[in-house]
Order: sequence, then structure tokens, then C-alpha cells
Amino acid sequence: MFRRTALAALTTVAALTLVSCGADKPAASSPSSSVSGTVTVFAAASLTGTFTQLGKDFEAANPGVKVVFNFAGSSALATQINQGAPADVFASAAPKNMDQVTDKGTPTTFVQNTLEIAVPKGNPGKIAGLKDFTDKNKKIALCAAQVPCGAAADKVFKAAGLTPQPDSLEQDVKAALTKVSLGEVDAALVYKTDVLAAKEKVDGIEFPEADKAINEYPIATLSKAPNATGAKAFVDYILSDKGKAVLSAAGFGQP
Amino acid sequence: MLLLPALLGLAFLLIPLIGLLAKAPWSTLPSKLFSADVWTALRLSLVCATAATALCLLLGIPLAWLLARGELPGRGLIRALVTVPLVLPPVVGGVALLLVLGRRGLIGEHLDTWFGFSLPFTTAGVIVAEAFVAMPFLVISVEGALRAADPRYEEAAATLGAGRWLTFRRVTLPSIAPGVVAGTVLCWARALGEFGATITFAGNFPGRTTTMPLAVYLALETDPDVAVVLSVVLLLVSVVVLASLRERWISGLR
Repeated sequence: MFRRTALAALTTVAALTLVSCGADKPAASSPSSSVSGTVTVFAAASLTGTFTQLGKDFEAANPGVKVVFNFAGSSALATQINQGAPADVFASAAPKNMDQVTDKGTPTTFVQNTLEIAVPKGNPGKIAGLKDFTDKNKKIALCAAQVPCGAAADKVFKAAGLTPQPDSLEQDVKAALTKVSLGEVDAALVYKTDVLAAKEKVDGIEFPEADKAINEYPIATLSKAPNATGAKAFVDYILSDKGKAVLSAAGFGQP
Repeated sequence: MLLLPALLGLAFLLIPLIGLLAKAPWSTLPSKLFSADVWTALRLSLVCATAATALCLLLGIPLAWLLARGELPGRGLIRALVTVPLVLPPVVGGVALLLVLGRRGLIGEHLDTWFGFSLPFTTAGVIVAEAFVAMPFLVISVEGALRAADPRYEEAAATLGAGRWLTFRRVTLPSIAPGVVAGTVLCWARALGEFGATITFAGNFPGRTTTMPLAVYLALETDPDVAVVLSVVLLLVSVVVLASLRERWISGLR
């Protein structure tokens, strides 16, 4: 546990160093001279923390450019874009929602998210691994099968050949996380990034079967982008080493 | 002058319900309706709403009596506090219940260590969450009835030698019966539709804590048609219950 926390802290420091380097030398990033105006980015809700940070860094690296975000569920965003919302970039939490958008450039998978076991700080329920989810005497929360994290959990349990005994099927991943951070359940399956975001109150336990349900995040510029150069520059920035560092520090995996 | 806004108000309330009925998938409705999940959720909803109402009656009528008749300081403040759950977003109510009655809550912690008993994720938890949100409706309408009732009848009963409890049972309660019934109906309806506090405090597990509103919410994620069917069922049940009660009991209010 401590090693993981230490590692995360190190990664954060590394990321911050990288970012501040980038901010110090705006001239070093190649597209900075040609980019101007406002870049409108539609991004999945789970990217709120990292993209807000990256937007600020991008603005610092490209003086005079403003990044505006619209964070929401990926399916809602896809609908808005198809209905003609003036977006330059779309970053989706699932390839399915990216496919729904018709007029776009070639999508690139920029990060992936995996499930992790979240337990209250100190692990009072003595959860060791996925097998404890089959124990009727432990309090367990999972996402409902109708929402993405629940579908991913189903895949993981099938791969492990286990039948979980949940006490509650939560309506979204944040609700499951809340039950853990309040100590109401001994464990829940949430995304790795959620565990990191709540690391004051929950500990994470990795498990090998997580590889069976990897959630991929694609990003693409949009054909009807009002600011096409800005769109391309922002996507390049997310795909750059600086972008990767911030995303990795938040717990996202690299594809 | 008043007719036009009144009609607009009526349309505002009714058109969404008509839309629900118009969009209901009538052709596939029977097959969706007779799935076991729907009945499990409906039965749980009815049981929990009724149990929550019983709990509210047991605790709410004495509380209303205290507010209307009791000689206690700061009565206005207490009355305001009683109505807090009315304005509190139900999700916040659910979190508050978790902080008090949850496994690590102020009281819940002791329930867990002494009796090995914890409310969240149980049917009892659903009842507690619904009662918390619905009780103010009962208290307010019973208190209103008590204040409107003439206390001289109670005084007369007292002069004739009736004790406090006998007076309350034989004189006060019958005189405020319509108010109690109206409050009960409101309280039951509120409990039946409860969503936020329930899903936050009691979680969601079929047959144990998945009431109709929770089932509707989750069905919306994947199959909106099923969500509409569930909503229509809930709508019909509440209309039938409220209409039959109104005919039989609430006529006294008019």
C-alpha cells in the first residue's frame, strides 16, 4: 500500500516538474505560434480533473489561446455534437460513444482506465482480493450492470470465474466510491482513477483480472470544428509527453 | 382573470403525465409488465411505503400534538426544524442518515458493535429513509388540524374526569380524523415516490432495496421503454389508491 502511495506521489511530482518545464518555455512547443482564439473541448466527466489541469497548461504554453470545456457523460456529449454543438475536440470515455459521432477526424486512443478494488482507509474488512467479493459476510458494493463500470465488473467476475455477493448495485461509480469512503461497505469495484482521486479516504487493491475489462478513451478533432488549428494543437498536446504525464499521475494507463 | 393561469397550471401538471401515457410501448407492455422484476419492485415499494407511513403515524401524531398543544419553549424553531426534510435535497437526507445510522455513523456504530445490526442495504433501511423524508407531510397536516380543532371539547372532557390519554383517544383524535387521513395519504404518496434518500442510504439490490423509483432510474440507462412501463404502473397504483381513499375518507375535508 505504502509503496503504491509513494509511487503515486513520485509520479505526481514528476508530472508537475514536466508541466512547469513546459510552462516556462512556451516557445519550445511547436504549434504555439499559429494557434489562436478559443478551443472548445467536449470531454467525458471522468476527465474533469486532468483536462482542467491540461487546459490551463495548454493556455500557458500558447499565450492568447483560451480553452473552454464541456464535461458530461460521453453519450450525452455525442448527442450534443451530432445535434450541431460547436465543438472542436471530443474526448470520449468509450469507443462506442466516439463511433456515434459522424463528422470527425481519425480518433486516437489516448488513455485507458482499469478497475481496482477500493476499500476504506486501513482496509477494516480485511479484503485481500477479488475472491472476497463472494463472501456473504462482507459488505460489497458494485455498479449496476446498466452503467459502464457495472458492465466492466461483470466481465471481470466472469473472467475470474467468481459469482459476487453484492449488498448494493450503485447507480454510478461515484456512488459506489462514496459508500467506500463513508465506510459503509468493505469493498467496491471502481476505476483506478477514482481510487486515486479519493486517496485520502480509500485504499486501492489491484487484481490481475482487471486486464479483462480495459476501458479505452479515444480523442478526435471534429470536422466542423470552428477552430481547426486549435483543435489539432490541443489533441497533439494531450498526446504529448506532458499530457501523458498528467494523465498517468491521475491513474490513467497508457494504451 | 384567474381562469387562464389556472388552466395553464393544470396543463403544466397534466401534459407530462399524458406524454408518459402516449409514449408508453402499449404493444409490448404486457410482456414487460409481467416480468418478475417489476412485481418484486412494486411489492417492495408498497410494503416499504406502508411500513414507513405506519412509523410516521406512530411518531408523527404525538409530535404534531406536542407542536400544537404542548407548552414548550422555542416551538416555532422546533416546527421549522421538523420541516427541514421537506426542503433538504433527498440525497443529502440520505447522506445525513448514513452519517448517523450508517455502519460508521454516530448511532449506527453502536448498533453494529453491540447487536451486529446495520441499517444500510436492508429493507428496514428503505423504510427509515422513506419515513425520514415523508414524516414532515404528516406532522404538518395533523398539526394544522389540531390547531383548527376547538380545544374546548378537550377541556370539557377533562372537567368530566377524563384523563389526558382518554381525552386524546376519544375526543381529540376523532375530531382531527380528516386531517390525519389527508396527512397519511400525502405521507404514503411521498414515501412511494422516494428516490434520493433511498438509493443513498439503503443502496440498490433487487428484492431487498430496489423500489420502483430506483428500478425506473436504472432502466433509463439501458431500456427507456421499460422505464416508461414502470412509471405508468407506479402512476396507476398511486392514482387508484389516492382516488379510492379520497372517495371514502377525505370527503370530510370538503
